[in-house]
Amino acid sequence: MSQCKDCSSCGAAAVVEFSSPTSTPKTVAVIGPPNCGKTTLFNRLTGLRQKVANFPGVTVEQHTGMAELPDGRPLRMIDLPGIYSLQPRSEDEQVAHDVLTGSRADTPRPDAILLVLDSTNLSRQLMLAAPILSLGTPTLIVLNFADDLRSRAGKLDMAALSAELGAPVALVSARQGEGIEQIHEFLAGTLPKPAPKQLPVLQDVPQCREWAGRVGSEAKYRAPIPPRWTRRLDRIFLHPLAGPLIFLAVLAGVFEAIFVAGGPVTDWMQGLFDQSGKWLATMLPHSWLTSLLLQGVWSGVGSVVKFLPQVLLLFLFIGILEDSGYLARAALIADRTMARVGLQGKSFIPLLSAYACAVPAIMATRTIENKRDRTATILIAPFMTCSARLPVYTLIIPAFLPNRALQAPALLGLYLLGFVVAVATARILKSSVLKSGRSPFLLEMPSYRWPTVQSLGLRLLDRAKVFLRRAGTVILLAVVVLWVASNLPIQNGHPPKIENSLAGTMGRTIEPAIKPLGFNWRIGIGLVMSLVQREAIVATMGTIYGMDPESQKMDLQKALHRDLTPGGAVALLIFFAFAMQCFSTVAVVRRETAGWKWPAFQFAYMGVLAWLGAFVAFHLIG
Amino acid sequence: MQLSGNSIGQPGPEAASVLATLVDLRRGDAAILEGIDLPGEDARRLMELGFLPGTRVTAGLSAPGGDPRVFQVDGSEIALRRETARRVKIRREKKGPKHK
Repeated sequence: MSQCKDCSSCGAAAVVEFSSPTSTPKTVAVIGPPNCGKTTLFNRLTGLRQKVANFPGVTVEQHTGMAELPDGRPLRMIDLPGIYSLQPRSEDEQVAHDVLTGSRADTPRPDAILLVLDSTNLSRQLMLAAPILSLGTPTLIVLNFADDLRSRAGKLDMAALSAELGAPVALVSARQGEGIEQIHEFLAGTLPKPAPKQLPVLQDVPQCREWAGRVGSEAKYRAPIPPRWTRRLDRIFLHPLAGPLIFLAVLAGVFEAIFVAGGPVTDWMQGLFDQSGKWLATMLPHSWLTSLLLQGVWSGVGSVVKFLPQVLLLFLFIGILEDSGYLARAALIADRTMARVGLQGKSFIPLLSAYACAVPAIMATRTIENKRDRTATILIAPFMTCSARLPVYTLIIPAFLPNRALQAPALLGLYLLGFVVAVATARILKSSVLKSGRSPFLLEMPSYRWPTVQSLGLRLLDRAKVFLRRAGTVILLAVVVLWVASNLPIQNGHPPKIENSLAGTMGRTIEPAIKPLGFNWRIGIGLVMSLVQREAIVATMGTIYGMDPESQKMDLQKALHRDLTPGGAVALLIFFAFAMQCFSTVAVVRRETAGWKWPAFQFAYMGVLAWLGAFVAFHLIG
Repeated sequence: MQLSGNSIGQPGPEAASVLATLVDLRRGDAAILEGIDLPGEDARRLMELGFLPGTRVTAGLSAPGGDPRVFQVDGSEIALRRETARRVKIRREKKGPKHK
C-alpha cells in the first residue's frame, strides 16, 4: 500500500489500493460506537451475503459478509462490536483493537476502515476518530443519520471536517441508502482524499473530548435540536404510572403472541414431521437404516426444528423492541425490580424469552455488557419453564391428578417453582461467585426510530441459521447415539428388548441413584433419553410401554401408574422443573461463555437441585 | 477527575460530602459536573459517555421511584442508578435549597 505523501494534489490518489480485480478480496472493517447505526450500514453494504460466528476463544460475535463494488470487485466486510474507545478493557474492545491492529491470527489486518459516527452527536462521537485514524489504515469517516441531522436543523462543513481530520468524510443515511455511493467510491479508491494531517497524541478522555470539540467547531458543526418525538414518547413510556402499565402490556403481548400465535404453528410443524415421517416410512425399505433415519434423525431433529417458528417470533419481537429504542426504556423500568435479586434491567428480556426456549434466551443475553450479570442471567435462564417441559407436565399432571379443576393450578405452580428457584439462584450467585465489582450500570437511551424491514429480516435470518445449524449438528449427533444405544446389542439379527439394550442397561445401572426418588429403571431410561431434550421422555416411555404416545395417551398415563406412586410423580415433575435436560442449552452456554466451566457448573448445580427436590417430594408424599 | 477507590455501598445520600451530587438534581434541574468519585475504569467509562468535569448535566425522566434516572449530557441521554449518580459531584447552577 503506497502512501503518496508528497503529492497532496493528486485527487484520485488510491485511498484503498486493490492490485487487481481477480486477487483475493480485500478486508474492510466497520467500526463505531454503540447506537451509531453501524450494523444497519453493514447490512446495507452486504445484504444477504453474511455469516455470523463467534471470534474463536471469546464470546464476541463476529459478523462477516461480502460486499460488491459497482464494478463487481468483491470485498470482505467485518462488522466489529460497538465501542467507545480503543483502549482494550472489555472483551468487545479487545477484539476490536486486535482486529484493527492485525494482532488476531484468525482475522487479517483490514485494508480499510469505515468509521461510523452518529452525525446528530458528532462532537462526542469524534472522540473515537483520533485513535482509529492514528492506526494509519485508510479510513473513511461515515457520518450516519444524515436524515435526522437535516430534519432537526443540524449542519456542518464537510470539507472543513475532512481537512481537519486528514481523512475523507461521507454523510450518509444507512437506513435510507442515502450517500452509500460515496462509500463505494472510497472503497474503489476514487474518492478524493484530503491532505494527511498530523493528529495530536491524546492521553486521556478529557483531552480527547477537547480535541473532538475543537474539530467539531472548526467544521462549523451545529448540533441538531433535541429530538422532539423522542422527548414526547418518553413522557409516555417513562410516565410514573403509564410507563409500567405499558411495559406490562408489552410483556403480556409478547408472551401471548409466542404461545397463542406460535404454539399452534409449533404443533402444526410437529404434525408435519409426524406425517412426513409416516409417509417416508411407507416409501423406504424396512431396514435398520430406515429405522435410524425415521425414529432417530427425523423425529429427533424434528422435535427441535418444530420450535423454529416460535423462536423466530420471539426474535422478531425483540428485534422490533430493540431497533425502535423501546428496549432501553424497558430495561430502565425493569432495572429496580431486577436489582433486588442482584441482576439488572437488561437481564429482563432474556429471562422472558426463556419461557419459550432457553437457547434463544441465552443468545439474547448478548445485550448485557456486564459480563458477570450476563453469566448470572445465562445460568438462571434454564429454570424458566420452557416449552419443552410442557409436554412432560401435561402428560404427568392429568395422569395423577384426575380432578380437572386442580390441573391448571398445578401447572401454574410448576411455572412459579421454576421462577422462584431462578430468583433464589440469582441471589446466591450474585452475592458470591458472580458478585459484580463496582462496575456501574450505564444505559444509553437511543432516539426512537422506526425499525426497518431489512434489518429485522436479516436478524431473523441470522438467528434461524444459528438455530438450524445447531439442530443439524449437536442434536443430530445426540439422537443418533441414543438410537444406537437402544438398538444394540443385536440379538439373533433383531434389535434387543428395551431392557436388554444398551439404553436399558444404562437405565438399570442408574436405578440405584434414582430409586430414592421413587423412579425405577424404565423411568431411568426416560431420564437418560430426556438428557438430549426434555420432551423425549414422553416418546421414550411410549416406546417402552409399546404404545404410540400420541394416539393412546390415556393408556400411557395409566401405564405410568405402574411405575410411579403419586409421590414419585410429584418427584418426577420437580425433577423436570429443575434439571438441565437439554443438550442444546448446554451447547449454547458453552458457546456463549467460551468454555466448559459454566455449562458444567450449571449442569451439576441443576442436577443436584433436581435430585434433592425430587427426593424431598417423594419422601414427603410417598 | 478523582480516582479515589472508595468502597461502595455507603449509606444514604445525606452522608455525602459538602458538594452536591447528581442525586440532588430533580427533573429539569441542570448543574455543572465537578468530578467523579469512582475507581479509574468506571470514571473513564462515564467520561467516555460525556460525563466530563465542566460539562452541563440536566436531570431527565426516571424509572418509577426515581431510580435509575436519565441524565442529558453532551448530546446524549444516559441512565444512571442512584448508587452511581451519588458518586458524580456537581456544582449547582441555581442556588436554593431543594429538599423533599
